[in-house]
Amino acid sequence: MSPELIIAIIVTVVGASTPILIAALGELVVERSGVLNLGVEGMMLVGAITAFLVVFLTGNHYLAILLAAAAGVAASMIFGFLTLSLSANQTATGLALTIFGTGLSALAGQGYSARPVTLLGPLFPAELALHPIWRVLFGYSALVYFSFALVFAVWWFLKKSRAGLILRAVGENDLSAHSIGYSVIGVRYAAVAFGGAMAGIAGACFPLLLTPQWAERMTAGRGWIAVALVVFASWRPFRLLAGAYLFGLVMTMELYAKAGGGPLSAIPAELWAAMPYIATVVVLVLISIRRDASNNAPACLGKPFLPSN
Amino acid sequence: MPNRLELTGITKQFPGVLANDGVSFAVKPGEIHALLGENGAGKSTLVKMIYGIMQPDAGEIRWNGQSVTVPNPKAARRLGIGMVFQHFSLFDALTVLENIALGMDAKIPSRALESRIREVMQTYGLLLDPHRTVATLSVGERQRIEIVRALLLDPQLLIMDEPTSVLTPQEVDQLFTVLRKLAAEGCSILYISHKLHEIKALCDTATILRGGKLVDTCDPKQETSRSMAEKMIGTGLRDIVKAEGRTFGPPKLVVNRLRTQKTGHFDVPVDGASFTVRAGEILGIAGVAGNGQNALLDALSGEILGDDREAITIDGLGIGTMNTTERRKRGLCAVPEERNGHAAVGDFSLSDNSVLTARDRLGMVVMGLINSGAAKTYTGKVIADFAVKALGPASTAGSLSGGNLQKYIMGREILQKPSVLVVSQPTWGVDAGAAAAIHQALVDLASAGSAIVVISQDLDELRALSDTLAVINMGRLSQARPVKDFSVEEIGLLMGGVHGATEAA
Repeated sequence: MSPELIIAIIVTVVGASTPILIAALGELVVERSGVLNLGVEGMMLVGAITAFLVVFLTGNHYLAILLAAAAGVAASMIFGFLTLSLSANQTATGLALTIFGTGLSALAGQGYSARPVTLLGPLFPAELALHPIWRVLFGYSALVYFSFALVFAVWWFLKKSRAGLILRAVGENDLSAHSIGYSVIGVRYAAVAFGGAMAGIAGACFPLLLTPQWAERMTAGRGWIAVALVVFASWRPFRLLAGAYLFGLVMTMELYAKAGGGPLSAIPAELWAAMPYIATVVVLVLISIRRDASNNAPACLGKPFLPSN
Repeated sequence: MPNRLELTGITKQFPGVLANDGVSFAVKPGEIHALLGENGAGKSTLVKMIYGIMQPDAGEIRWNGQSVTVPNPKAARRLGIGMVFQHFSLFDALTVLENIALGMDAKIPSRALESRIREVMQTYGLLLDPHRTVATLSVGERQRIEIVRALLLDPQLLIMDEPTSVLTPQEVDQLFTVLRKLAAEGCSILYISHKLHEIKALCDTATILRGGKLVDTCDPKQETSRSMAEKMIGTGLRDIVKAEGRTFGPPKLVVNRLRTQKTGHFDVPVDGASFTVRAGEILGIAGVAGNGQNALLDALSGEILGDDREAITIDGLGIGTMNTTERRKRGLCAVPEERNGHAAVGDFSLSDNSVLTARDRLGMVVMGLINSGAAKTYTGKVIADFAVKALGPASTAGSLSGGNLQKYIMGREILQKPSVLVVSQPTWGVDAGAAAAIHQALVDLASAGSAIVVISQDLDELRALSDTLAVINMGRLSQARPVKDFSVEEIGLLMGGVHGATEAA
């Protein structure tokens, strides 16, 4: 393989991994607060169509990202109201949110499919990325750098900040947190909103970073991969980073296999396409078998908070 | 000098019950004041109002002579009220330091906080490593975190809610030393308990509640345990009637090197337990919570399937590999510790709950169909014999209060006349009158020739009830010996294991 090809692969992997990483980091924070939101896929689609429409109408990419985040928050608040204020079942509500987001985005996107928009350009001036090697470092759009910064930010928040400690405490033992005097529901609303914003931005990556158009269900199950990744990473941000890139790599292999990329084409492209999803299932099965890994799970994950008085 | 805390006419109404009805009493500075009462007497409600978790409907709280309202626990802590809960507000996955930081209202840098924690620990002899994860600590050590957390705020009043229910006798002594030291420094202590000998040993004044009303304020040193107990329950106390000089029959339940697998990170498995229970004998198993009691009960009941058929035998028949249904058919019934959700299904009627455990022994299922008449009749008998306060066999298990549900569950198993009965915490959360009735029923079942295993953390209960006693620590069971041969100190040392013994030294 030529150096150009390797660099091209790296750039593609980064692109494919970024939305998964952003969405999974949001979900990680949500789950650390004790809430299981399976609506990531739906929120991503809402973010994707919002970003597409804003770019299509205004041409402003950063406004598109901002409004995609806002749309993600709005979608997550439906989930938040049902599960936190009304104590509805989180699994069922999350699934409903995904179905809702899929339908809503398809409705809003009617008549827009195959209409082209422009991709979000690189953050740094093109002079910095003239040479292929420099492209690996400086050739990406702001969303990619944002995803890296987010890994550190989430890690620092959970590990070092007092607010992060409170959030972990709420996810670990909601009744104790309540009896000490923290607002369990308030913390969880904030976490769910953050998760929604990140899912919205992750959705925005699709029209702004990957394919500059709108297509129904264009997130293609990446939201589910993000949810699985959080478990795979044992709720730790840096493992999440590694996991997201592993999945991004496998997804990119599909493209090169399709393009007849040498040894990769020995395996049918369809199988490559199925690989991330197979890997998701395998990872979840392995983790369920190896019980120790799930020990890091927030103890209150998925349980509604019902104070006795 | 004004009273540290003075309550006047505190009243709190819940739907259906008057939890506190015009309660008035006062706590002086430096006084250790006991709040005594049955479960449901309104003690917890009362302290929750002092600590700001609930608001009184009527009445006045005066703090150091000033009338105050306490809107939330934060406000209580600002006044100088600290509280150590019966159920710890701790986070297993976090460290001691993180747990304490969470309980502090002021934002203190973690290094400064750590040095203050070490200082408080030194002063009061509450030794702990701030960087250990709470999950690895014993219950006594966990309680120390709660106490340190409360002491860091320099409280003028410390509320302790049933602090000794989970401690070994040695840990109780250490706790009392700390509390006396605090009181000598002028901190008032409001001590909630129903363990009368502790109150006699520790407290200066006792306020007794019954049914939400204040019954009496007395000096516990002038009272006998019995007189205080009778004030608590309002009637004379029944003693367990044990026929003197009973002899035991042949060995009935023989357990030989019983082991379980570790299932979760914090699970304590049973590690080679061996004991024999003869017909007519009650074996008590003492131990601090979380030392393998749950695994032992599950292994005996059949919820955890063993691979050694001969590890458990009834009348010589190996049942170690059988499931619960098969074991029940052969006469082994069991009552797990958790009532709602484990021993009974909350959403099911009592009648249906009876079918769940008694169907084979009492023929409630005929050709795959439930004989609901038989289930109803049997449930009615349980309700009548054990004085369960329920509308009838059709009321759901979840609608019963904890104590009543416990009476029903104990009755449901005992009336099946099992040849072996294994129970965990038979009278946990049950008032003294009902506890006496349950104890008597267990003694009567044993007199009729059953072998009984009682797993409990309540030493008083075990000493009154059992013929022989063994102690479980970290999944290991001590040698079973006649209960008369044990001193409290010895039981305590066994409960703490070697670990506890070195610490006490």
